[in-house]
Amino acid sequence: MKTFKMGGVHPEENKISNDAAIEVMPVPAQMVVLMNQHLGAPATPIVQKGDKVKVGQLIGEAQAFMCANVHSPVSGTVLKVEPCKDAFGLAKPAVYINVEGDEWMETIDRTPDIKRECTLEPKQIVDKLKEMGIVGLGGATFPAHIKYNVPEGKKAEYLIINAAECEPYLTSDYRVMMEHAEEVCIGVSILRKALGVPNAYIGIESNKPQAIAKMQDMAKQFEGIVVEPLKVKYPQGAEKQLINAVTGRKVPSGKLPIDVGCVVSNLGTAFAVYEAIQKNKPLIENILTVTGKKLPSQHNCLVRIGTTYNDIIKHTIGVLPATTGKVISGGTMMGKAVVNLDAPTVKGNSSVLVMDENEARRNPETACIRCGKCMHACPMGLEPYMFSVLVKNNRIEEAKEHNILDCIECGCCFFSCPANKPLTDEIRLGKNKVRAMMAAKK
Amino acid sequence: MNLLNISGSPHVHSDESTKKIMWRVNMALIPALLVAIAYFGISALLISVISVLSCMLFQWLIEKYILKVPSTVCDGSAIVTGLLLAFNVPATASMMWIVVIGALVAIGVGKMAFGGLGKNPFNPALVGRVFLLISFPVQMTTWPDISKVQFFGLDTVTGPTPLGMLKERGAEALDNLPEVWDMFLGGIGGSFGEVSALAILLGTAFLLWKKVISWHIPVAFIGTAAIFSCILWLVNPIHVEAVDGVNQLVGYIDPLTTILTGGIMLGACFMATDMVTSPMAKSGQLIFGVGCGLLTVIIRTWGAYPEGVSFAILLMNSVTPLINRWCKPQRFAC
Repeated sequence: MKTFKMGGVHPEENKISNDAAIEVMPVPAQMVVLMNQHLGAPATPIVQKGDKVKVGQLIGEAQAFMCANVHSPVSGTVLKVEPCKDAFGLAKPAVYINVEGDEWMETIDRTPDIKRECTLEPKQIVDKLKEMGIVGLGGATFPAHIKYNVPEGKKAEYLIINAAECEPYLTSDYRVMMEHAEEVCIGVSILRKALGVPNAYIGIESNKPQAIAKMQDMAKQFEGIVVEPLKVKYPQGAEKQLINAVTGRKVPSGKLPIDVGCVVSNLGTAFAVYEAIQKNKPLIENILTVTGKKLPSQHNCLVRIGTTYNDIIKHTIGVLPATTGKVISGGTMMGKAVVNLDAPTVKGNSSVLVMDENEARRNPETACIRCGKCMHACPMGLEPYMFSVLVKNNRIEEAKEHNILDCIECGCCFFSCPANKPLTDEIRLGKNKVRAMMAAKK
Repeated sequence: MNLLNISGSPHVHSDESTKKIMWRVNMALIPALLVAIAYFGISALLISVISVLSCMLFQWLIEKYILKVPSTVCDGSAIVTGLLLAFNVPATASMMWIVVIGALVAIGVGKMAFGGLGKNPFNPALVGRVFLLISFPVQMTTWPDISKVQFFGLDTVTGPTPLGMLKERGAEALDNLPEVWDMFLGGIGGSFGEVSALAILLGTAFLLWKKVISWHIPVAFIGTAAIFSCILWLVNPIHVEAVDGVNQLVGYIDPLTTILTGGIMLGACFMATDMVTSPMAKSGQLIFGVGCGLLTVIIRTWGAYPEGVSFAILLMNSVTPLINRWCKPQRFAC
């Protein structure tokens, strides 16, 4: 079975919400829609206080190059347009909407029929992705219309769909495969058409045999879709590692996947693409896993993007257990700890992961014993222990020479360190210092 | 509503710790200790206990009164040092006080003087052992004759070690060499923890299984020693020859005897693999192991001492930073 060649770890999988079918969460009474839900510049709000909006109506327009449209996930009246603190405590421009009813735009096809035929030309597909505000749902939220607009002189040869779901706990992609295999395959076919590549590869880790079987079955009905089972190893879903696992190619330092002829999209993105292209539905809903070892129940929920963490918690589990230590948006390896539970969710969110006090505790740091485990775990072939020393001593130039910027922050080094050194934290700090130094030199 | 913790990712840990690693090493040393007690009697146990307790005491004292840092005695590394130091001395009564001096040097000079665990360039147990070898040459090379050991007796009848006999080049040495099977099980003279290849291999298998060590250093070390001695042996196998009318041993010993006698097994599996003082990259570990193997055979064959494992490892320890500089991990896509 294929996998990436270098480094990697195998954290406890904890896919305890695997069997929870996707449930639709009711629309909350008030909604805050952030204008900055993607990589790049925030969208520009085009509504004002008092405006009536419908579900799926454009409320934030992408005016910069690296930007994506934002649509209203609810119908109602705009209360105000002012900054709101996001889940990590940073103020972002936002539109507040008082929810009234649930009136959708007429253009959106809400029938349950599955539409296979797509007559759009590649250029039209990319334009529509832009119109519908589609971004990568694997976590980086890279605007899809930029990714699928292959630059002059470069040629896409592989489309790779990331369904590895290598992060512990997360099961939303798994549920989408189990419940919407056909739609996903249609979405993949559309993306394949947009790129003009002969084959699309769907990489799924072998700990999801049912999803592999289901997708393989479905892929038979489509042209050019190959399901690629992958050996379970974290970070299989990291872009460079997935490309390496599926194609054997390696994206050089500082280059993009397209430089080796690859385009990678998340499985959730393929589903969103189906809905956008075939059903005219903008990206206004997310599938989130609500999970945690100490929770009374496990959930996979379809929520309107912008629903707050507190609303989701209230609807699914009622209240957080008293012993909650951390709430994480994303998986345990690369997810971010949520600061503000009143914040709205955004595009690309994949989970509300509730960790127990004991699970969230970090063990005390001890002396480095030069065991080299961090180095052997690093999927990028770096020397994390060295960065730790260099960054602590502010030797930023040397950290750059040792290629600190190659780090993908997957967390394998810290995960495997017997001395419990917070290597990933130190490297993150170092990368910021290196970038600041490079900016100052310009 | 209680406050939430926040931190950077990752939010989980493999639960691996220095303490676990050290305790696994200690467990892996138990078979060798049991064999030593079986062959050398209670004195092997006493020396081990004295050595371990002294190492722990010295570390505690130095951390508390000199370095003034929180004690790390519980992490088990002082016990590893204590056991390895004990394993490298003969099981004689005088060792019961000499080993305390060895423990002071091992912990004080070998480890704490550099700042404690993780910062020492040399294997502490070997620093202590070599200090004792140079300071107490007679006691450190007085070996009990295992055929005359009484289990609870502390008086020992001295006997030879295979390497000692061969070094003296007496013609009768060849006939007195123990059987290969005895060398494998441990029924030979020598430092009490190093005699049984079987017990050491059992412990090593445990360490490999638990991924505390990788195969690179032991295989490179033992393999190089075997190949190098095999070449010498093929060129001029050991035999008795009359030199100036006196029968003497001439030539080089066979590879099997080379790797089963002396400290190669213990050194290659437990001391050269010390994480702190060996290279981190697998390629560096191979270089390190090859260097240890070559130096060991060179010292044994042409040096003044019959045994060279300690010196070989210490010499290679000294070039570990250089090896680490040369042997970088392969960067992704480079």
